[in-house]
Amino acid sequence: MKNLIKEFTKGIIKENPTFVLALGLCPTLAVSVSVVNAIGMGIAATFVLLGSSLIISLIRDFIPDKIRIPCYIVIIATFVTIAELCMKAYSPALDRSLGIYVPLIVVNCMVLGRAEAFACKNNLARSFFDGLGMGIGFTLALILISAIREFLGSGQILGHTLVKGFEPIFVFGMPSGALLVIGLLLGLFNLLKDKRA
Amino acid sequence: MINNLIVSGSPHIHKQESVSRIMWTVVISLIPAGIAGVIIFGLDALWVTLVAVVAAVLTELIFGIWVKKKITVLDGSAVITGILLAFNLPSGVPLWLPIVGAVFSIAIGKQVFGGLGQNIFNPALVGRVFLMASWPKYMTTFTQPLHTGVGYDALTSATPLVMLKEGKILEHISYLDLFLGKHAGCIGEVCILALLIGAAILLIKGYISWHIPLTYIFTTAMFTYVFGAAQLFSGDWLFHILSGGLILGAFFMATDYVATPLTARGQLIFGIGCGLLTAVIRIWGGYPEGVSYAILMMNAATPFIDRYTKCRIYGTR
Repeated sequence: MKNLIKEFTKGIIKENPTFVLALGLCPTLAVSVSVVNAIGMGIAATFVLLGSSLIISLIRDFIPDKIRIPCYIVIIATFVTIAELCMKAYSPALDRSLGIYVPLIVVNCMVLGRAEAFACKNNLARSFFDGLGMGIGFTLALILISAIREFLGSGQILGHTLVKGFEPIFVFGMPSGALLVIGLLLGLFNLLKDKRA
Repeated sequence: MINNLIVSGSPHIHKQESVSRIMWTVVISLIPAGIAGVIIFGLDALWVTLVAVVAAVLTELIFGIWVKKKITVLDGSAVITGILLAFNLPSGVPLWLPIVGAVFSIAIGKQVFGGLGQNIFNPALVGRVFLMASWPKYMTTFTQPLHTGVGYDALTSATPLVMLKEGKILEHISYLDLFLGKHAGCIGEVCILALLIGAAILLIKGYISWHIPLTYIFTTAMFTYVFGAAQLFSGDWLFHILSGGLILGAFFMATDYVATPLTARGQLIFGIGCGLLTAVIRIWGGYPEGVSYAILMMNAATPFIDRYTKCRIYGTR
C-alpha cells in the first residue's frame, strides 16, 4: 500500500511531468493561456493517461515487442477519441478553445512515455496510481502556469478581475510569454530541488 | 638592484584598458544624444533616462548580492543598458515603463545567462522588445518635438517611418530636420548629429570597429534604394538611413562586444544580415521599424557565424 502511495505522489512533485521530466511541453505552451483551458486539457490528458495505462498494463504480456509502439498508439487514440467526443458533446465551448490540441494528446510524449516507461513493466494497481499521479501532476502544472499567464497577460483569473488598474502585460498571452514562464518555473523548481538536496 | 627584476608570465606589455574604462567611455559617448533628446523632447526625456539607469543599476546590484557574485555595478555595463533602453523609448511613457523594462533587461536579458559576458542577446534590446510586445500603446505613442507644438503634454505625432508605412506624404520633413532630430521618435534615436559625435569618440578610441556599423548602414541603404519604392532602383535611401533607430542601433547596439561575432569576417556578415533584416522589416514587415528585431535575430545567429568564420590556426589545414 505504501508503495502505491509513493507511485501516486511521485508524479505530483518529485517526477512532475512538466517541471522535472519536461514532457508534454507542446500542449503546455499552447493551451496555458487561461485557467479554464488548463483544467479542461488537464482532465482530458489525465483521463487518457489513466485509461491507456490500465489497458496497456493489462495486456502487456500479449503485445509483441516489435510492434509495441503502434499498439500503444491505437490504445491511446481510442481514449483520446472518447475524450474528444465527450468534450464536443458536453462542453462545445471548451472544445472550440482547445481546438487541435485535444486530438494531439495521441502523440503527447507524456502519455506515450508513461506507457513505454512504466505501464508495460508494472502491474495493474501500480500503473493505475502512476497514471493518476502523473495526470494530476500535469494538471497542477498546467493550472500553475496558466494562472500566472492569465493574471499577467489579461489581469484576470478564471475571468474575474483581481487588481483594479493593473495594466495587462500582453506578452504573457503570447507563446513567447509561455516559454518565459515555463523557463522561470523550471529554474525555480531546480533551485528548490538543489536547496533540499 | 636585484630586487627590481620582476619575473612574471606574459603578457609583459599592458595597455591601460579595462572593461570598466571601455564601458564608461561608451556612457560618455552616449551623452550627446541624451542632451539632444532632452533639448528636443523636454525634461520628460531626462526623467525616463534617469529612472531606467537607476532601475538597471539597482537590479544588477540586487542580483549580485543574491547570487553572491562579485558586485559588478561599478563597471558601467548596467548604466549603458539603462541608457540604451531609455533611448529606445518614446519620451512620453509613464515612468513605471522604463523601470519594468530595465529590470527585465538586466534580470532576464543578462543575469539569468550569468551576467556580463554571458548574455546571448543585447540586454537593452531584450527589454525594449519585451515592452513593445507587452504595452504597444505606450511604445507607439510618440511626442512631438517641443518647438513645433504648443505644449508637449498634448501633442502626439507619428514617426517619419510610421507615416511612410501608412503611405502619407513626407514632403514637409527635410533631410536636415531628420539629421538634427526635429521629428517624433524615441529619445535617443532622433538626433543623428549627436549620435555621430558619440560614434566618432568610440571609433577614434578604437573601442568599436567600422565593420558592423558601415556594412549595416550600407546594406540597409542599398536594399531600400533597390526595393524601397514602387519601381526598382528609386527608393529614398537617405531617408531610411536618417530615420528610425538605424544610426543608434548600428553604432551602439549592433557593436555590443558580447553578442556579436569576434572576427572581422564574421562582423561583416553580421552587419549585412542586420541591414537586410532591417530593410525587409521596414519595406514589407508589419512594423514600421525593424532595427531592434534585426539586431536580436543576428545576435541569435552569432554563435553560428563565429563557428564558420574561425581563423585558421597556423599550421593546420
